[in-house]
Amino acid sequence: MAEVSLKGVKKSFGRVEIIKGVDIHINDGEFVVFVGPSGCGKSTLLRMIAGLEDITEGTLEIGGRVVNQLQPKQRGVAMVFQSYAIFPHMTVRENIAFGLTIARASKQEKQQKVAEAARILQMEHLLDRRPSQLSGGQRQRVAIGRAITRKPAVFLFDEPLSNLDAALRMDMRMEIGRLRRQLGTTMIYVTHDQVEAMTLADRIVVLKDGQVMQIGAPMELYHEPANRFVAGFLGAPSMNFLNVDVLDLDGEAAMVGNQSLEPIRVATRGRPFRKGGKAILGVRPQYLRAVQSGKGLLHGIVAHAERLGSETVVDLSLRDNSELIAAFDEDKVFEPGDALELTFDTALAHLFPDEGELQTH
Amino acid sequence: MASKLTLSNRAGWTFVLPGFALISAFIVLPFFFAIGLSSTNQRLLSPNPTQFVGLENYQQLLGLAVVTLEPERDDAGEMLRNEAGEIQYPRLREITRSEAYPQYRGMREWFRWQSGENVMIVIASDVVFMKALVNTFLFVLVVAPVQGSLALMLALLINHKVRGINLFRTIYFMPVVVSIVVVSLLWRFIYDGQNGLLNSILQALTFGLFQPVDWLGNPSTALPAVMAMSIWQAVGFHMVIWLAGLQTISPTLYEAAAIEGASRWQTFRYVTWPGLRNTAVLVLVVITMQGFALFAQIDVMTNGGPLDSTQTLVFQAVERGYGKQDISGGSTISVILFAIVLAISLIQRWLTRER
Repeated sequence: MAEVSLKGVKKSFGRVEIIKGVDIHINDGEFVVFVGPSGCGKSTLLRMIAGLEDITEGTLEIGGRVVNQLQPKQRGVAMVFQSYAIFPHMTVRENIAFGLTIARASKQEKQQKVAEAARILQMEHLLDRRPSQLSGGQRQRVAIGRAITRKPAVFLFDEPLSNLDAALRMDMRMEIGRLRRQLGTTMIYVTHDQVEAMTLADRIVVLKDGQVMQIGAPMELYHEPANRFVAGFLGAPSMNFLNVDVLDLDGEAAMVGNQSLEPIRVATRGRPFRKGGKAILGVRPQYLRAVQSGKGLLHGIVAHAERLGSETVVDLSLRDNSELIAAFDEDKVFEPGDALELTFDTALAHLFPDEGELQTH
Repeated sequence: MASKLTLSNRAGWTFVLPGFALISAFIVLPFFFAIGLSSTNQRLLSPNPTQFVGLENYQQLLGLAVVTLEPERDDAGEMLRNEAGEIQYPRLREITRSEAYPQYRGMREWFRWQSGENVMIVIASDVVFMKALVNTFLFVLVVAPVQGSLALMLALLINHKVRGINLFRTIYFMPVVVSIVVVSLLWRFIYDGQNGLLNSILQALTFGLFQPVDWLGNPSTALPAVMAMSIWQAVGFHMVIWLAGLQTISPTLYEAAAIEGASRWQTFRYVTWPGLRNTAVLVLVVITMQGFALFAQIDVMTNGGPLDSTQTLVFQAVERGYGKQDISGGSTISVILFAIVLAISLIQRWLTRER
């Protein structure tokens, strides 16, 4: 078990900087998820921690030891890959025991540790099969089995569930959660799937273009996103963003509105705005409620509706032709063309500076 | 979409026909011809009619026997010795030409060894063929493992993404592109006993201590010299096959091995080599078949000499069929070679089968 600490970590391929200075401290036994869109550098960052990629600048510590120059095996990490990376010519047993074989462990030790891993992952009956005889989920469990037999200080998961189908993904997600509680080891998990991030993580690190956007507990990020990117990345359907005018400003709040939005007061949360300038209002689709005509804050026309049974997702076209998604937690019928008025709790709305606006000033 | 080609049987056969005809005319037909001719006494040009001789050609080639010669004794039963004290034996001729042993008629000594006071002699009805057979096997036994493993080493070396790696790939592959006849001619100069490149280099390296060797003119160095050149010439070809095999191995497997702490050797043993199984079978079978077909190098460099030390099966087949105009003899060698290569390929496949 160990803490992992990244300080000013950078990575360049030639002249292109992929990781642009990352500081993250991961506590012993913590489950941290790196999440971000593809190309944000999350996998590269994980591979740098594993020792599969060089660190161009900055320091990486595992268990209080600087490991920048150490080989993967000396870092005490185990890794689970998206493509499983289990050896096709070995049986499940041999695959799980691979790290022990490499370390020239005794037969007895191997047998005991393989049995233990198989018990934890409930795959005792699969031990003599070959990978080609296993399903995707079973293969990934073999890979996890190989990782846990060595009792590493840190587990690294590189999109382990991305190759699985949706149903299996949910099973494996729960299994990883269970495993995590059982082992209590530090785990770093990379995914582009926000559901995995939200459900598994103690803390989430949101990355974009090689930079950390925000670090925090899942609900912290969900309810108090530090910026528009984080706000839009977490939550499904993703947060609505409306271009609004700043009508008035006082100490902690701003009065905003536009053609389709009645003026409302929204907390600025310390962000800079300018009276008479532009701003972006973020409202989660789930916070929108349909109300009777004349009482709504937003006015739009139904463009499309999806009924999911427990939820109805409505795509609206607002008066200023911008689009808005609303999610109602009940089964309701909407016809395209229906006029709809919506309201929401303004305390749950977020106001972000308009990036174009910021650049010009 | 169904086109006329996939629907019409006639069109399909028409397209197949040229290739089929060529293969039939130059491979299938000669193959059956060879089998047929090997049971006749057909000559390339002969006024006499062809006769069916059954397996006589095979007997003529494969006939082998061991004879034991006892020392010559005087009337008292004492062994006769010459001036140097060596035991005297009757001459082999007295047996092979004797009316008493018609089964040994025409056979000649292949090799002999001492067994107590007796001498054992292996006699063969065709000593040159036997030498060719042994040389061919020797060639394959040395070339297959050496060339295969050298090619693998080269492939491992060039399987890196380094600047200019294509230059190395090209250099290693170049000898393959050059005609084997040209290569053989060039190597004749390299192996030259007077001022060949090899002798010059060895002399320079040993500051003149090395005595020049006529590499191709010496029975004990001629075959190894041909082997070395053959290995050098085709190693690039097999390197490319290995390289193709190496590139099918997923890079994540190497990363997984690195994370688990595998050393270079362990990575090779547990990841690379198992991943190359099918490639290894292919390389082994191809080298073996090429080895058994050894001809051009011999034809250009040594003509089977000196003292038949570089005779090979294919060279003998050609030499007999066309040099001596003994088509049936040449055919027989071809059929024997076919049987050998087929048997070995089957054995190799069985040994390397998926378990």
